[in-house]
Amino acid sequence: MSKPARAVGIEITGVNLSYGATHVLKDVALSIRPGEFFAFLGPSGCGKTTLLRLIAGFAQAQTGKVLLDGHDVAPLPPWKRDVGMVFQSYALWPHMTVAKNVAFGLEERRLPRAEIERRVAQALELVGLSAFAERRPAQLSGGQQQRVAVARTIAIEPKVLLLDEPLSNLDAKMRVSVRRELRSLQQRLGLTTIFVTHDQEEANTICDRIAVMDAGTVQQVGTPMELYENPANLFVANFLGSANILDERCGVPIPAGKRLVFRPQHASLSVPESASLHGPVTHREFLGATVRYAVRIGDSEVLIETPFQSGSELRSVGDHVGVDLPPQRMLFLPA
Amino acid sequence: MQRSPGQIALALAIALFLGVFLIVPVATVVYVAFTEKSGGGVTLVNFLDFGRTDLFVRSFWNSVYVSAMTVVWASVLALPLAYLTTRFEFRGAMLVQTLGFLPLIMPPFVGAVAMQLLFGRNGSVNLLLDEWFDFKIGFMEGLNGVIFLQAIHYFPFILVNLSAALRNIDRSMEEAAQNLGSHGLRLFRRIALPLALPGYIAGASLVFVKVFDDVATPLLLNVKEMLAPQAYLRITSIGIDDPMGYVISVVLILVAVATMWATALVMKGKDYATTQRGGGGLARRQLKPREQVLAYAVVILILALVLAPHVGLVLLSFATVWSYSPLPDGYTLAHYTRVLGDSSVYIKNTLLYSGLAATIDVVIGGAIAYLVLRTRLPGRQWLDWAASTALAVPGVVLGIGYLRAFYGVSLPDGTPLAALWIVIVLAIAIRRLPYALRAAYAALQQISVSLEEAAENLGATKARTVRRVVIPLMTGGLLAGFVTSFATAAVELSAVLILVQSNSDAPLAYGLYVLMQTPAGRGAGAALGVIAVLIVAICMWLSQLAVDRSQRARGLDI
Repeated sequence: MSKPARAVGIEITGVNLSYGATHVLKDVALSIRPGEFFAFLGPSGCGKTTLLRLIAGFAQAQTGKVLLDGHDVAPLPPWKRDVGMVFQSYALWPHMTVAKNVAFGLEERRLPRAEIERRVAQALELVGLSAFAERRPAQLSGGQQQRVAVARTIAIEPKVLLLDEPLSNLDAKMRVSVRRELRSLQQRLGLTTIFVTHDQEEANTICDRIAVMDAGTVQQVGTPMELYENPANLFVANFLGSANILDERCGVPIPAGKRLVFRPQHASLSVPESASLHGPVTHREFLGATVRYAVRIGDSEVLIETPFQSGSELRSVGDHVGVDLPPQRMLFLPA
Repeated sequence: MQRSPGQIALALAIALFLGVFLIVPVATVVYVAFTEKSGGGVTLVNFLDFGRTDLFVRSFWNSVYVSAMTVVWASVLALPLAYLTTRFEFRGAMLVQTLGFLPLIMPPFVGAVAMQLLFGRNGSVNLLLDEWFDFKIGFMEGLNGVIFLQAIHYFPFILVNLSAALRNIDRSMEEAAQNLGSHGLRLFRRIALPLALPGYIAGASLVFVKVFDDVATPLLLNVKEMLAPQAYLRITSIGIDDPMGYVISVVLILVAVATMWATALVMKGKDYATTQRGGGGLARRQLKPREQVLAYAVVILILALVLAPHVGLVLLSFATVWSYSPLPDGYTLAHYTRVLGDSSVYIKNTLLYSGLAATIDVVIGGAIAYLVLRTRLPGRQWLDWAASTALAVPGVVLGIGYLRAFYGVSLPDGTPLAALWIVIVLAIAIRRLPYALRAAYAALQQISVSLEEAAENLGATKARTVRRVVIPLMTGGLLAGFVTSFATAAVELSAVLILVQSNSDAPLAYGLYVLMQTPAGRGAGAALGVIAVLIVAICMWLSQLAVDRSQRARGLDI
């Protein structure tokens, strides 16, 4: 596949979408840069798939705009958008061979026979399935089916690529290799790509930027590192990695209406007398490289992860310990 | 789950019943077809005679042509309706879906004469066309009449199967196609239709076989050169010793089996089962105003055609004289007083025969279902297969088989067994058994085995468990099976036509057939037809009620 002449940006502004009484998307605004690998990350029911379907034309917003390369796509039906979508179920047509599946979009564009054959061969080559052209989808493994779905979509050289939970139907081992393939394919094509997932690890490992969504709203947009280091609110802090959350009753001064948030590995254990946070150890889990303690502070329980060195002495359940937290690791987020 | 003497005895009794009343008659037909008339050895000479007789060859091809064209026209009616109701927001959808039950309520032969009066050369429609536009359409001319009538009656079989298949396609299948640039009819043709093909073929092959086996409809339209009518005419006019009737019967069975086999072959590997993995129902499209008008026009036209036989039948049943005029000359209740008076024996016989046949079906169907699903008796599957082969045996063939197999068997007082009315009941019961069997399977499959094990654990024997737990829980399903069998038995004709020996033993369908033959009897025949339709419609309604009630009862129990 030749590189597209120019990667395309996506602007989403003021989008509201309801199905009956359910408000699925609330004032969604996003700006996706040309050539970016972008993720919609959130728990199920957060509206991420609906937003993707809105871009593809399978859902209609009540308000707001979706601009593709500066043009409003609202008047365009799905078949005129040139937005390639890979479905969660892959949606490979069982009555067609792999080659026929990949050729479908090109045939719909009335390309000459020779051109179709050339581009089908090229797309299958790109995903490493040239040898499987004459197979039926049912004869392929899950990972291969997923690659056919990708080949079918990129064969039409879409303006943007939409991936709806593309890894969810694969086993854990396949996921790691397929997500690397997807990343390198996207890099080679330079194609603006949106990746919908509920798995923060998937989003972190392959995406340039992530929009974290919850309950129909975008909570925060940023690179994986930004989101991890500087979560905008408690939801984002909790959703990306684990976070300890304490309120003003814990003993540390906390601004009104805020909560103290810190990551388990940023704190360390000390003697109770020297620390403003202290309490009894309630659980201990040995994880190999680290040891995870649960410490009760007031009504809350926090997790502390300390590196394990052989010979070091472990605390026991019931020990009264202090929790040391460097000030620069303390985050105060709105409750 | 172990064998008991009672189960073995039950299985043997059913095997004996199926053997005597299904296997033996059919085997007799096949045997006679392959033996020389003079009683010699096995021979193919009868089949050579069949191939050399122009009438039979012509009849064969006529039957093939009529069945195939019926499938074509039924598809023409069913396709747009299936597409409309499954892919668009369309208020008429409910209306279209209820059409699915109409062919069950009235078999095509019942409305044949009425349709002749509505659509024939001098029927209402052509008289009006002639008056207004000066031309006529030969809807009912020769084979076309059979095709027209059968297509109207049987297209819902295709509609129901195709709609179900279309509804079961995962919506991402079509969204993926839209995403890649396809839409509208092209999308339907390239994606939806191929994926729904198994459903379509199932419906189409059913229609083909039903039309191929139908005796009464062509005969009532005065079309004799078709294969099933030829079998009937041959036996009734030349006699039961003439081998040709048997040869034709074997050909009918072969065509039915070949159609089912070809269907299975085409369907192999095509059972895509794409059902809703992506979740959510199909996105139905809103129709534009202009499209909506068109859609309603199509639905109303088809609905008018479907209702035509019913309307015609009612008109005919109240008509004094109806000939060469768009509507009857006058109206009367005389036909109803006549059929409720001296012809009431037909109605009485129908209720008796259908009731007995349906009882036999439910008892045997329930017993087979229990033996297959709940015991480990060796060979229990054979009972199921044997009972299901009745599907491939046309009614006229079964009738001929009974006549031949049981005519030689005399009762002590000298009357041949085949002349007894109970034989008609048995033939009807065998014909309906496969349907009752499916109903029994469905009813039993819904009952968890643990309910029976609990009863046994508390000390109930096998027999008492069946009586106190299984049968009560199956009642709703069995009742539905009973009513459906009863209703369809009430309008069974092709086997009955051969077996009825005297008018006093004849059921309603036979009386209707005889009355419809003469212009003077038509009114009374139509009145019988209306009564038959009412009986069937009420039964269908009761059956639905029974299913609903048992489901609600079970919902409360659990």
